Amino acid sequence: MTLALEFPPISHLFVWPDFAFAGTPLAMNKTVLIYLAALVLTAGLFLIAGSRKTLVPVGLQTIAESGIGFVEDSVVKPTIGEIDGRKFMPFLTTMFFFIFFTNIFEVIPFVQFPANSRMALPLFLAILVWFIYHYEGFKAQGLAYVKNSIFPPGVPLALYILVAPIELLQVLIIRPLSLAIRLWANMVAGHLLLVTFAVLTATLWESTVIGAVLPFAMLVLMTGFEILVSFLQAFIFTILTAVYIGQSIHPEH
Amino acid sequence: MLSLLAQIAIFAQTGPGEMLEGLKAIGAGLGYGLAAIGPGVGIGIVVGNAITAMARQPESAGVARTTMFLGIAFTEALALIGFVVFILLLP
Repeated sequence: MTLALEFPPISHLFVWPDFAFAGTPLAMNKTVLIYLAALVLTAGLFLIAGSRKTLVPVGLQTIAESGIGFVEDSVVKPTIGEIDGRKFMPFLTTMFFFIFFTNIFEVIPFVQFPANSRMALPLFLAILVWFIYHYEGFKAQGLAYVKNSIFPPGVPLALYILVAPIELLQVLIIRPLSLAIRLWANMVAGHLLLVTFAVLTATLWESTVIGAVLPFAMLVLMTGFEILVSFLQAFIFTILTAVYIGQSIHPEH
Repeated sequence: MLSLLAQIAIFAQTGPGEMLEGLKAIGAGLGYGLAAIGPGVGIGIVVGNAITAMARQPESAGVARTTMFLGIAFTEALALIGFVVFILLLP
């Protein structure tokens, strides 16, 4: 017995048609709209919260201040340090909120598409982070940065044959790629999971009404789980950026 | 292994193209499943030890939690690469 389950092909779930400026580099589709919405949300949150500063925070200022406090306490302080990290606070905070807003569209009704499940934004952010931590490393250590990042101290001399190529590969390729793939694949997996249970619910609702209860319960559960995941992935992307910048600024002894 | 044998048995009735498609699907499924084993065990160890640390020293729970998420992120990358291979191999 089959359930007449017609699962849409993966390309239909992630590729959206252009609706404006099609064929030009400025072509707009749903993903681009979500990027713009996340940009407006991030910029709007901090601009509005910063325009009316009160001693006792009210409204949006509460959200902005608790977000900044969260990034400062749990991302910047343990990884870069309080004094050196102050310079990176604006970058890390806005990046955290931007990734979080692009992710959270996964569960917002009638949008329900995580913009980070297209590789463009994660890869761009990862390359940006790559440039930043190399720049900060050269600025803080000069040419010793190359030596410190390829030959970590405290390793037996003979092992450098093994360690040096791995470290070189890690700093140049593995770090940005794993940053991008982690964010992208988590969002793809979450979207696929939600789509699977939604398709299952719709199909079972049509054939056997009572059978749709269990998939629907799973759908609600997974929606809650995906909210957690989109927050966690934004946090992990930000904290790994902070860790990489911290390692570039302070060499291991 | 059994599914592989089943594929070879089906091969008697079908053309070589369908055989290739089926083997691809099996490879994709096996690739993802095998890639999930190690990180599953690894994340379990990371979280378990982090909980032990938090229970022993509740005052350092913040540091333990941050480090736990870092460890999870590094371990999880392997499972995600398996997932990417799974998507790439899908017929």
